[in-house]
Amino acid sequence: MARSVTQQRKAINTAVAWAVGLLIFFPILWTILTSFKTEAQAINDPPLFLFFDWTLENYAVVQERSDYMRFLWNSIIIAGGSTILGIIIAVPAAWSMAFVPSKRTKDILLWMLSTKMLPAVGVLYPIYLVFIRLGLLDTRIGLVVVLMLINLPIIIWMLYTYFKEIPGEILEAARMDGATLKEEILYVLTPMAVPGIASTLLLNIILAWNEAFWTLNLTAANAAPLTAFIASYSSPEGLFYAKLSAASTMAIAPILILGWFSQKQLVRGLTFGAVK
Amino acid sequence: MYLKNAFGAAATLSLLMTSSAFAETITIATVNNGDMIRMQGLTDDFTAKTGHEVEWVTLEENVLRQRVTTDITTKGGQFDIMTIGMYETPIWGKNGWLVPLNDLPAEYDVDDILPAMRGGLSYDDTLFAAPFYGESSMIMYRTDLMEKAGLEMPEAPTWAFVANAARAMTDKDNEIYGICLRGKAGWGENMAFLTATSNAFGARWFDENWTAQFDSKEWATTLNFYIDLLNDAGPPGASNNGFNENLSLFQQGKCGMWIDATVAASFVTNPDDSSVADKVDFALAPDTGLDRRSNWLWAWALAIPAGTQKEGAAKEFIQWATSKDYIELVAENEGWANVPPGARSSLYENPNYKAVPFSEMTLKSILSADPLNPTVDAVPYVGVQFVAIPEFAGIASQVGQEFSAALAGQQTAEEALAKAQALTTEEMEAAGY
Repeated sequence: MARSVTQQRKAINTAVAWAVGLLIFFPILWTILTSFKTEAQAINDPPLFLFFDWTLENYAVVQERSDYMRFLWNSIIIAGGSTILGIIIAVPAAWSMAFVPSKRTKDILLWMLSTKMLPAVGVLYPIYLVFIRLGLLDTRIGLVVVLMLINLPIIIWMLYTYFKEIPGEILEAARMDGATLKEEILYVLTPMAVPGIASTLLLNIILAWNEAFWTLNLTAANAAPLTAFIASYSSPEGLFYAKLSAASTMAIAPILILGWFSQKQLVRGLTFGAVK
Repeated sequence: MYLKNAFGAAATLSLLMTSSAFAETITIATVNNGDMIRMQGLTDDFTAKTGHEVEWVTLEENVLRQRVTTDITTKGGQFDIMTIGMYETPIWGKNGWLVPLNDLPAEYDVDDILPAMRGGLSYDDTLFAAPFYGESSMIMYRTDLMEKAGLEMPEAPTWAFVANAARAMTDKDNEIYGICLRGKAGWGENMAFLTATSNAFGARWFDENWTAQFDSKEWATTLNFYIDLLNDAGPPGASNNGFNENLSLFQQGKCGMWIDATVAASFVTNPDDSSVADKVDFALAPDTGLDRRSNWLWAWALAIPAGTQKEGAAKEFIQWATSKDYIELVAENEGWANVPPGARSSLYENPNYKAVPFSEMTLKSILSADPLNPTVDAVPYVGVQFVAIPEFAGIASQVGQEFSAALAGQQTAEEALAKAQALTTEEMEAAGY
């Protein structure tokens, strides 16, 4: 029997959910608001919430000083490229782990995840030296490969968890009908797993978009994405908070919009498997 | 005829090659501050004069430091010019990582560079980086609050006077705090201030044998004095305050005095940003009568990493950006108050610049800091607010945490000093000193 939920309880739940949501969103909201203030208003005490002289000056300054489109384009290629490449490699890997597991599958999964436990700076020098040798420093292809490798364990884990929920019998039936391995993965498994693949794709685009260690350390003038764009407006000696906020808003806007439109898939992807 | 044609072709080819080698694109890594951004805006002048294009990589100071250090130690070759400070230059120069700048032409007038800056950016008498701008630290104070307290700030005050004035100016009910000082942990934050301050109290980081000195009574006096002063007359949460936080407090009229970088003077006197712009005056950083003041010395300088393929173009850029003509160019476009200060003596002889309110005190502050003899007792190191050894940044960051925790009241000054002594000794022994 379903538990009856009173009107009052519903209202409380809604209010609490909104409060928590706003609390989490507040730093982003504050950044957006600050981007429309003057530098003096940005540091005003008490802080100004909505009643200040709204200005677009910071955006004008940022536009004039930096080539935003170049950073944006780099971000799109690096985040999109690394995610797609990751999915192409992860689908067959997750398929084999989900449907033809070996004795060591669980260990391999754990071992893959363990690579995420090492602080990135620990391998900065080796990777930097490899990049010098291969001529990959400050190239988009270099970053696509690195970010793909960093996110690959998460992509495989997510797809593996999702594939596990698909009955193996369906794939077996396809095989009995004469499907090759390639056809089985491409035409049977993938269409069934589209929601899972979509949410994995989205989450990884967000992770790659926000990645700020490798994208800052392996780029200079050519391949720098939006993380470098933000870093160029941060300053420990000088109050440029309003300009920094404008740059941050411009950097997060595309991914925020993407997240907004795809929130259904995202929530589903992040919570699947939670209730069976 | 054949020979003539061949010579002609060869001459044309070599001319083509020379001209294509001439116009190059150089990549410059730099920090985000007003002077550097202004330089980026004026790059067209350099391109017009030389034909070289410039790509800028602007990063936050700490990110930049990590980025250029990685690149230079691995010979990554990503940058043709790096913006580095007085701390890195002698260390990198000693390691042979930088191109010497001893062959600058006569019209560049290298002797015009302030001696303190030149000394701090050289190793073994070889200049390895050209100062773009230099800074020291000084007292910025509110003339109205000083008058209200019935005191008059001397040009070269003692710490006793400053402490007394700070307590007299404090009115916590109205959110007026007598003194704002750096408390945020970091080798370039609280440790820059405290190391410079400790010089005035007769303390030092190491003795001549590289033995840590945090167990000395001079360090105990320095740290206790600083903590007591900020507890009595500082703003709440001072252990979280760095340059920007204090600048914000000062601009809002909440600090009676602020001892920090001379470059802040142009911010606090700018009426667009500062509510107290017309009530600010300047004085030398305080001393305790031991012939050393509490001011530091720093320069952001341009250096060429060894191994760059574009050394010629990079040198041309450095000559342009740190020349007397560049100063004139900025003055023409942005006014004399915005020219990069602290690098050249001739700037301080310029009558237009002398009219800028903080110019004289900035120069006096720079001249009173001596990176080669920073302390009362002899030391084996160079550097006023830092020790120019590779291990310093790591050690001072940890010591900074301890001192910041002591200021926050999480431990006593004595406990912080004991920990600082232990960790410094351990790190230095591990490094083979």
